[in-house]
Amino acid sequence: MLHTVNKSPYEKGSLDTCLRLAKQGSTILLIEDAVYAAITGSSLESKIRQASKQYEFCVLGPDLKARGLDEAKLIDSIRVVDYGGFVDLAVSHDRVQSWL
Amino acid sequence: MCINRRAPYGTIYALEGLEVVLMGAAFEQDISVVYLDDGVYQLKKGQDTTDSSIKNFSPTYRALASYGVEKLYVETESMEDRGLSEHDLIVPVKMISGAELTELMEQQDVILNY
Amino acid sequence: MKFGIIVSAGPYTHQASDTAYQFSKAVLERGHEILRIFFYHDGVNNGTRLTTPPQDDRHITNRWSELAAKHELDLVVCVAAAQRRGIVDVGEAKRHGKDANNIAPGFRISGLGQLIEVGIQADRVITFGD
Repeated sequence: MLHTVNKSPYEKGSLDTCLRLAKQGSTILLIEDAVYAAITGSSLESKIRQASKQYEFCVLGPDLKARGLDEAKLIDSIRVVDYGGFVDLAVSHDRVQSWL
Repeated sequence: MCINRRAPYGTIYALEGLEVVLMGAAFEQDISVVYLDDGVYQLKKGQDTTDSSIKNFSPTYRALASYGVEKLYVETESMEDRGLSEHDLIVPVKMISGAELTELMEQQDVILNY
Repeated sequence: MKFGIIVSAGPYTHQASDTAYQFSKAVLERGHEILRIFFYHDGVNNGTRLTTPPQDDRHITNRWSELAAKHELDLVVCVAAAQRRGIVDVGEAKRHGKDANNIAPGFRISGLGQLIEVGIQADRVITFGD
């Protein structure tokens, strides 16, 4: 399953709920304000690194760029995709769950 | 499957999510409804909106069974976090763990979120 | 592959309508099909032609109308959600005795059944919302 999260992890619990319920091996795509979870040097970094052992993390590049976040500062296990890559992820997984 | 993660009244998601469930039932879909995170508050007993002038739609949950919606699931962890137990709920539900919900989600054709 | 897309947040307030638009464009560019885009909750506000953003900003409603015209997309605004929020087409205006309508080109107002139907028919359903 592909899980998308669009809320900042500092404001809402959507990412926590996603991490609690996503099956091991799922892909988690961070979009909109959730892209703040993808950056190193934050209080969340170790949690995301830990979760990366169970899940494949992706982040939407245009949303990083819009927010002034440097791809060089991404947690290294996270893959950047564009909108086309987002579509490819939706196609390659049998369903999509949006954690709003 | 419809996943409900929001409390009632503060936003319209609970009410309009319920309308989707009823429509799904009208289309004779095998529909599972999950209450998770603040969504569990939707099923809290004793809702009374008299003084706030918002429509109290909580009686509709009791009518779901008569529309053929019988698979109501509540996540145990969400209930425990909020100090709620099954006795606080307006309808009979199946309590499931997060791990069971994970598996249940994997069996769905479509997941809608409210 | 056949997609059903749900937009459940209003334009401008939330980025969801923008993400949904960019995603929809990418779906079409990849050669996939969009069976329907369904606007629910405040998402119905995507469908008013009275939208008038500043000239240097994107026009979210017109962008949908243009995409729909180009690719013959089915843009459906939920009737119950639309009535609550004052989104009205010619028929609805007549039925409820309103003095105007505001539905944008390419959008149509229809029931929640259209959401259930696309859930049945599409290979993938994805929600963009708040």
